[in-house]
Amino acid sequence: MNRQIAGTTVASNYPQHWQRPPFISRPWLRYGLALGAVLYLIVGIGSVEVTWSRVWDGLPRGWAFVSGFLAPDFFSRGADIRAGILESLTMTLTSTVVGILISVPIGVGAARNLAPPLVYGLCRAIVALSRSFQEVIIAILFVAMVGFGPLAGFLTLTFATIGFLSKLLAEDIEEIEEAQAEAIRATGAGWLQLVNYAIQPQVMPRLIGLSLYRLDINFRESAVIGIVGAGGIGATLNTAIDRYEFDSAAAILIIIIAIVLVAEYSSGAIRKWVQ
Amino acid sequence: MLTLTALTKRYRTGDLALKGVSLEIPEGQVVGLIGPSGSGKSTLIRCINRLIEPSSGSVQLKGLELTSLNRSDLRRARRRMGMIFQEYALVERLTVMENVLSGQLGYVGFWSSFWRRFPLAAVAQAFATLDRVGLVEHVDKRADALSGGQRQRVGIARALLQNPDLLLVDEPTASLDPKTSRQIMRLITEVCAERDLAAIINIHDVALAQLFVRRIVGLRQGEVVYDGPPDGLDAEVLTEIYGVEDWSATVGKAPKKATRPQPGQPAVVAKESLAVVQ
Repeated sequence: MNRQIAGTTVASNYPQHWQRPPFISRPWLRYGLALGAVLYLIVGIGSVEVTWSRVWDGLPRGWAFVSGFLAPDFFSRGADIRAGILESLTMTLTSTVVGILISVPIGVGAARNLAPPLVYGLCRAIVALSRSFQEVIIAILFVAMVGFGPLAGFLTLTFATIGFLSKLLAEDIEEIEEAQAEAIRATGAGWLQLVNYAIQPQVMPRLIGLSLYRLDINFRESAVIGIVGAGGIGATLNTAIDRYEFDSAAAILIIIIAIVLVAEYSSGAIRKWVQ
Repeated sequence: MLTLTALTKRYRTGDLALKGVSLEIPEGQVVGLIGPSGSGKSTLIRCINRLIEPSSGSVQLKGLELTSLNRSDLRRARRRMGMIFQEYALVERLTVMENVLSGQLGYVGFWSSFWRRFPLAAVAQAFATLDRVGLVEHVDKRADALSGGQRQRVGIARALLQNPDLLLVDEPTASLDPKTSRQIMRLITEVCAERDLAAIINIHDVALAQLFVRRIVGLRQGEVVYDGPPDGLDAEVLTEIYGVEDWSATVGKAPKKATRPQPGQPAVVAKESLAVVQ
């Protein structure tokens, strides 16, 4: 009893109020930044010119598109669609596989804890080059180089895959548990054995997951780069929209969505399985 | 067999982790290396197999100077030094057998290790060693499916598969419960005795060290401040190593009741060593 009373008296001597310190400690900077953000938003919205008459005109076209979706036409352009999808799938698979094969050595070379400084710098430069351009821009470049068609698409997607996979693989290698690598090193293992025994088991699940994810991205990108002439379903979609054949375009979009969904669920299942 | 002379390590940050450590370890001797965190215990054993490059001084293993070896000679020399780690450092996604066989990596070429085609004698030795540490029925399990004590025994088996002359043991019991800790320490000292292996065991637990090794080296701020038998660790020496603290519990309990091998009661020890094998 005594103790309890003593406890309460002691507690009452301490402040009962506590607040988390703010992220930006200087009040003028904190409120100034908030005010600036609000002002910029207001000015930004005010500067957008909305031509309401054009919005009005666009509504029926939008509706035509939506109604096309309600009645997708898979058949009148069936042969084109089938050829486009097949071309896209071929491009996707081949570019992903070739991309992975090239990415693995570059990714290993771009990992600071495995590669000597010179190799590291070179591999990081390749990664940076590959990542600095959006797929559409690379596609335009390759179409100019090798002409219209799926070869340009294949080259584009391979090139983009290298930047994506090498970078993420290198980051994953840099985050491995160093103790496991140290243990393998201490046995007298060589460099390749170190990679095979200590690094590969640690990064393999993530490499598989990233590859499946990239397969997914490459399929979606294949639809986009087709629009600039790099073959595949994108070319078919572009033609359909140009001809105002919204029902065929809708069919194409629905097929793309279905394929992406299938890829999504199966890659999720595979990733869970390899953990 | 192992001779350290004026071994010094200064990290790039400027911290002097080892200040001219000299030690001589004869064949088959197990040394317990104690000292507070940051005293340089881990640095010391890693400077021996050059997982950390020493700044100056010499390390000689059976007359071979290790500090000046080139890469491939160092690889060959590392085979003679098995290492056992704190938190086991097993490759978790590999099977128990792959982890144990990785002790042979210094002896086999890349492609035979890549296809997991190790020499028949090495595979037989791996099975025998797993049997010795009591894990022969777990061969095909993934390392991360084992308990802490089991994982450390895989770590011991991996080190033994190197057919080493010396074991470098870094805090082998740091993440284990007291009973498992004793079993692991007993297993390490037993296999050292069986194979006439020398060992340096970094260990936090002074009482446990006193229980299992005959020579203790105390390290403080990178310097050897004690080198002698375990019962020489009195309150004064422990204060010298660790700083001021009430040592009566450590000094009072451990050496009198546990460390000194008492001819009158060997029964307990025998029972516990059976438990390790099971």
